[in-house]
Amino acid sequence: MTDAIQTIGKARTEPAINSPGRMVLRRFRRHRMAMVSMAVLGLVMLSALLAPLGPYTPTEQNPKNAFSPPSAQHWFGTDDLGRDVLTRTLYGGRISLVVGLAATGLALLLGMLVGAIAGYAGGLTDNLLMRLTDAFLSLPSLFVLILISTMLRDVPILNLRNSVVMVVIIIAVLSWMWPARLIRGEFLSLREEEFVHAARSVGVGHTRIMFRHILPNTVSLIIVQGTLAVAYAIIVESGLSYLGFGIQPPTPSWGNLLSTAQVYALRAPWLMIFPGLMIFITTLSINHIGDGLRDAFDPHSVH
Amino acid sequence: MQTYLIRRTLQSIPMLIFLSILLFLLVRAAPGGPLAQAERNPNISAQQLEVLRARLGLDQPLYIQYAKWMRGILVEGDLGKSIKSNRPVSELIGERITNTLILVGTAFLITIIVAIPLGAISARRQYSLFDYVVTTFAFAGQSVPVYWLGLMAILIFYVALDNPFTGGPLLPAGGMYTLGADKTLGDLLWHMILPVGTLCLAWIAWYSRFFRAGMLEVLNADYVRTARAKGMTERTVTYVHAMRNAIVPLITMIALDLPSMFAGALFIETIFSWPGMGRLFWEAARGRDYPVLLGVILINAILIVVANIIADLLYGVVDPRVRYD
Repeated sequence: MTDAIQTIGKARTEPAINSPGRMVLRRFRRHRMAMVSMAVLGLVMLSALLAPLGPYTPTEQNPKNAFSPPSAQHWFGTDDLGRDVLTRTLYGGRISLVVGLAATGLALLLGMLVGAIAGYAGGLTDNLLMRLTDAFLSLPSLFVLILISTMLRDVPILNLRNSVVMVVIIIAVLSWMWPARLIRGEFLSLREEEFVHAARSVGVGHTRIMFRHILPNTVSLIIVQGTLAVAYAIIVESGLSYLGFGIQPPTPSWGNLLSTAQVYALRAPWLMIFPGLMIFITTLSINHIGDGLRDAFDPHSVH
Repeated sequence: MQTYLIRRTLQSIPMLIFLSILLFLLVRAAPGGPLAQAERNPNISAQQLEVLRARLGLDQPLYIQYAKWMRGILVEGDLGKSIKSNRPVSELIGERITNTLILVGTAFLITIIVAIPLGAISARRQYSLFDYVVTTFAFAGQSVPVYWLGLMAILIFYVALDNPFTGGPLLPAGGMYTLGADKTLGDLLWHMILPVGTLCLAWIAWYSRFFRAGMLEVLNADYVRTARAKGMTERTVTYVHAMRNAIVPLITMIALDLPSMFAGALFIETIFSWPGMGRLFWEAARGRDYPVLLGVILINAILIVVANIIADLLYGVVDPRVRYD
C-alpha cells in the first residue's frame, strides 16, 4: 500500500525535474564544497544578523579589562579599550557583507548597462565605450580608490566621513569594467541570433530587445560572475578600511579592526587573527559557491 | 615591428591624456583640494591663504593650470612639489621606485619560476593527489587578503618563532636594512624574506591556477593529439608543445594584472615598512599631500601602459602566428 503511494508520488514529480533551472539546482546540490560553503556562509551571515543579541555592545569600553586574551567571557579576547572583539567582529561583518553585496550590485548594474549598449549597438558606440572601459581597467585602481576616498573625506558639506555609501560607490565605480566586458561579449554574439531578428521583424523596440530578450540569456554569466565579484568587493573594502581609507572607526568593519591590530602584535596577537579569519572564511565560501554555480550552469567548462 | 611599436605607442597617448585630465580634475576641481588643510587651520589667515593659493597657481583658470602642469611634466619632468616636505615629487618617487621594483621584481620572478611548473604538472596529472593539493592551495590563496597574509607572516616569524642562536625574533618584520648596520646585500635579502614571501604566496596561488586551466585547454587541442600520434614522448608533448601555447594567454594576464600587483605591493610595503612607492603613497594620503598622490598614480599608469605594449610585443615572440603589420 505505502509502496504504491510512493510510486505514484514519484511519477508525479519526475517530469518537472528536467527543466533547465532544476537541472542547474541539482548539479549545484551535488557540488560538495559549494554546499558546505553555503552552510558556512549562512552561519557567518546569521551570526552577523544576530549580533545585537550578544551580551556586549561593539563600542562598550572597559579599560580595566583591556588586552585580555580569549576566554570564556570574551571568546575572541578584548582590544586596547577593553571592547569585546567577538562582538566587534560580528558587527564588522554586518558592514563588510552589506558593502560587498551593495558594491557588487551597483557594479553589475553599471557594467550591464555599458556592456549591453556597447554589444548591442556595435560600431562607433561600442568602440568608444570599450576604450572607456580599457582606460578604467588600466587605472591603478587601489591608488585611485585611496585618492578619491581621501578627497571625499575633505568635503565638509557632504559629511561623508563615516559613510558606508561612499565606500560602496567608489568600489563600484572602479569595478564595473569586468562585467561590462563579459556582457558585451555575450551581446555581440546573441544579437545575431534568430530570436533577435524575429523580435525586430515584428517591431519590438531596441530597449525591449536588449533587456527583455537578450539580457535573460546572460543570466547564468551574471550570477556566476556576480557571486565571485562579491568576494572581490569584500576583499577590496577590507583592504581599504585596513589602510584607513574605507569604513572609519568607531564603526567596525573587518578591515579596520585589523588596522590597529598590527601595533599590538606582540601584546595581543588575537586582535590580528579573528577579523582576518572571518574575511578568509567568507571569501573562501563565496568563491566555492561561485565555482559550484559555474559547474552547475556549464558542466563542460574547464577551470 | 617598428611601425607597430610606434602605432601602439601613439594609440596609448589619448588614454594617458584622458587619465591625466581625470586625475587633474579630481585633485584640483574637487572641493577641499590641495588647500583643504590650510583652510581649516585657524593659524593661517585669509591673506596668507591667498598668497599660498597664488604661489601654487590655484587662482588661475583650470585649463591654464592643466596646461602648465602638463608642460611641466613633459618638458622638465616636473611633477610638482610635495606640500609636506616641499621637495620635488619626482625626487621623492625616484628615491622610492627602485625599492618597489626590487620587491615586485623579485616576487614576480619567483612566482613565474614556481607557478608555471606547478600549473603544468597539476594539469598533466589532473585529479591526482598533487593536483588536489595544488588546486586547494591555489583556491585558498586566491581568497585570502594579501595584507592579512602579511600580518600572519609577522605573527608567525616575528612574534611566535625565535632565532635559536640569538633569542631574538626569527625574521625582521619591517624595513629594508637593520638600523645602524651596514647596508649589505645579505641584510637586504634577510629583510626581503617576509615581504617577498607573502607576495609570492598570493601570486603563485593565482598564477598556478590560471596556468593549470590554460594547460588543460591546450592538452585537449588537436595538435597535441597529433604530436602524440607522431610518437613523441609524453614529456615532450607536455613541456614543449602544450606549454608554449599555454604561455600566450598568461602574458596577457600578467599585463592586465599589473595594477593589482602594484596594489599588492602597496599593502606589503605598508605592513613591512618597506620604503617603496606604495608606502610613499600611503603616507602622502594620510597627510593629504596631493601632488605626491598625483605623481605616484601617474607613474603607475605609465608603467601599466608600457607593460601592456611590452606584452603585445612578447606575443609575437611566443606565438609566431601573431604578425604586426
